[in-house]
Amino acid sequence: MATSSNDSPALLDIAEVSKSFGSVEVLRSVSLKVAKGEVVTVIGPSGSGKTTLLRCVNFLESYDSGSIRIDGKEVGFRDGGARQRRSERDLASMRAETGMVFQSFNLFPHLTAAGNIMLGLTKVRGKSNSEARSIAEHWLGRVGLAHKADSLPAELSGGQQQRVGIARAVAMEPKILLLDEITSALDPELVGEVLAVVRSLAEDGMTMVMVTHEMAFARDASSRIVFMADGGVSAVGPPKEVLAVETTNERLRTFLARFRASHF
Amino acid sequence: MGYTLNFNLIWRHFDKLSGGLLLSLELALISIAIGIVIGLVLAVWYVSAGRVVRGVIAAYVEFIRNVPLILLVYLVFYGLPTVIDVAYSAQTSFVATLALYSGAYLVEVFRSGLEAVPRGQIDAGKAIGLTPWQRLIHVRLPTMMRITLPALSNTFISLFKDTSVASVISVPELTYGAQWINFNTFRIVEVYLVVTAMYLVTGYVLLFALRLVERWYRTAR
Repeated sequence: MATSSNDSPALLDIAEVSKSFGSVEVLRSVSLKVAKGEVVTVIGPSGSGKTTLLRCVNFLESYDSGSIRIDGKEVGFRDGGARQRRSERDLASMRAETGMVFQSFNLFPHLTAAGNIMLGLTKVRGKSNSEARSIAEHWLGRVGLAHKADSLPAELSGGQQQRVGIARAVAMEPKILLLDEITSALDPELVGEVLAVVRSLAEDGMTMVMVTHEMAFARDASSRIVFMADGGVSAVGPPKEVLAVETTNERLRTFLARFRASHF
Repeated sequence: MGYTLNFNLIWRHFDKLSGGLLLSLELALISIAIGIVIGLVLAVWYVSAGRVVRGVIAAYVEFIRNVPLILLVYLVFYGLPTVIDVAYSAQTSFVATLALYSGAYLVEVFRSGLEAVPRGQIDAGKAIGLTPWQRLIHVRLPTMMRITLPALSNTFISLFKDTSVASVISVPELTYGAQWINFNTFRIVEVYLVVTAMYLVTGYVLLFALRLVERWYRTAR
């Protein structure tokens, strides 16, 4: 199977990660390498572990075994094999290297659009208010919301809120951007504006791992697609291969057939 | 019957009431200010603490909530100085009592507010790399304040009414002023009518003002 990650060193290296919630095994020895500049899309039926995998990458969820490295550095555990959880302070600075955009936007409701973006810049990156403000304005411009800098989240549409969410994540200049079903909570007519922003970030070379149900978008924008089923990676490859109608992977064929039936 | 209302004597001693009202407001304000500090510290401690600390905080809250305020006032003012060697004025004693009293109620208010902060917001705070302390200051507390502000207003207004209990240890607040006028003029109906109106109007004005503050806070940027 073609994997472009073999040629260049992996920016994100997920190796044999397993995780259980009680007796339910949500991740079964998942391995995945993502190279710099790649856009990797994770698809699969609900409950297949996609979101959990994504949340392990910035350690919003811990995992039971295996390792996740970004630029060679273990994310959640201290170096040296003892599997000792990093201090909260270390975790915070590790997390600052990844950006995350959430299904439910999760903007801070008491801060304006610009304020949402500035919080991390001032408190984590140590930038001055005026510097942070101009970075926030730059990114709001990029997502087409320059005129909404001083609006509160409650005054924005879902699509606008999500674009602020994206701006908040990328303004921190993360090494990798995690997108967790970012269009699932949006009205259909608002999906396009959000995906357009993601596409332009991909064109800029932003490394992204996204979980989505937007199959057409996944096909057009991804370097590779990962199909997860029952907590494991069931198929991985370029979009054309994975989304091919004649795939021999039984689970994938069922998923795609069901998906086509409900969406086309 | 044959009782004729005569407010003249009330107006002659009105300074007892106006001064009393100001003192009542002052007692309520100082108490809730201290109570907010107690409530915030204990609520934040509670949600991040282990079982022992939680147990101790819960015991404090339960004790205060299940003992009548007037008894707490007696305990602190008359009881404590006979056991340990301390001396304080009635007013100080009452403020301390009311602060502890409101603190216990506010622990509950703030604790439930903290627990009502959506998890997604905390995740978002983690995702941009905020430390736990930064998440508390910049994400959890501001959101908690929005959630708890109405309850905080209500607590303040009932605290304002509770200041009348201070009259039992001769703190010259509004109710004490009413009692003084009653003892000296025997115009019991008039004086309590006037004082009731004063509590009522002040309570309404406070409520109105606090609702404005709440609305301002919701839309402040």
